[in-house]
Amino acid sequence: MNQETENNSDNDELDRQIVLATQSGLPVVAEPYRKIAEQLNITTQLLMDRLNTMKQDNRIRRIGVVPNHYKLGYTANGMSVWDVDDAIINEVGEQLGKLDMVTHCYQRPRFLPEWSYNLFAMVHGHNREEVLDKVEQIAILLGDRARKHDILFSTKILKKTGLRLKNKG
Amino acid sequence: MDQLDKDIINTLQYDFPVCEHPFAELAKTLNSTEDELINRVQAMLDSGLLTRFGPMYNAVNMGGALSLCAMKVPEDQFDKVTEQVNAFAEVAHNYQRNHEMNMWFVLATETQQDLINTLDAIEKNTGISVYNMPKEKEFFVGLHFKA
Repeated sequence: MNQETENNSDNDELDRQIVLATQSGLPVVAEPYRKIAEQLNITTQLLMDRLNTMKQDNRIRRIGVVPNHYKLGYTANGMSVWDVDDAIINEVGEQLGKLDMVTHCYQRPRFLPEWSYNLFAMVHGHNREEVLDKVEQIAILLGDRARKHDILFSTKILKKTGLRLKNKG
Repeated sequence: MDQLDKDIINTLQYDFPVCEHPFAELAKTLNSTEDELINRVQAMLDSGLLTRFGPMYNAVNMGGALSLCAMKVPEDQFDKVTEQVNAFAEVAHNYQRNHEMNMWFVLATETQQDLINTLDAIEKNTGISVYNMPKEKEFFVGLHFKA
């Protein structure tokens, strides 16, 4: 029991070190994992095991690239928000998530009376008209399952730094 | 951007293998070579076509806290409030949007308590209420951006 607890906390600390070493990215070299493992003074196999574990329990969503969607021509995005009965939100949320125009889909709390929307779906397109058109298609798809909806376009990026775990040192 | 670049973007958005020679592994399916793929990924990072290469961590599952927050900021105070809100390191993104709730930002902290404390501090500094909208459920999203 003690041994197990100790191992878990060892893993927690190791995982934290791995996050710190990789949160700004992997080196673009033939053996990226070996390079990180050397920095951390562990074996490549151990690093790969920990990464696979973190993928399995969804601490890592995936390992890969993030394209700049603006440079791919997806210059418009709108945050579509929907007022859906809580009783059917799972069904509706899963349906929205499957649409190829939607990149994030979340249930969030309402603030009644001024904010009745509980389902958020980020919709991307090559221009604002395309986004509006896609949201209209979603509205038709949902029919009376959505009591009302709105779309919020970003008019200015005020800050964009991304998420960073602080090094407690 | 040629077909190989597009194939790299479309493939690597989903999964980069965890193995000793991941680029060599990918080269098999992308009909390319290890060196070529390394050069292409580096070039696309350098040009800004790719903004990131590596693991995408899920802040909440890492034990941290994340929330989308909104504020109704009066027009004449907008610049000042932007400065006040952005001054918090916990604010990861902040967007102006065309709605009465015109400021939308993401807070990311290491603990739930840090998140509450940051929200309180933002309300205190700005004198404006913050609508805290953490996700209650995330729905599966299938497709990424097609290059």
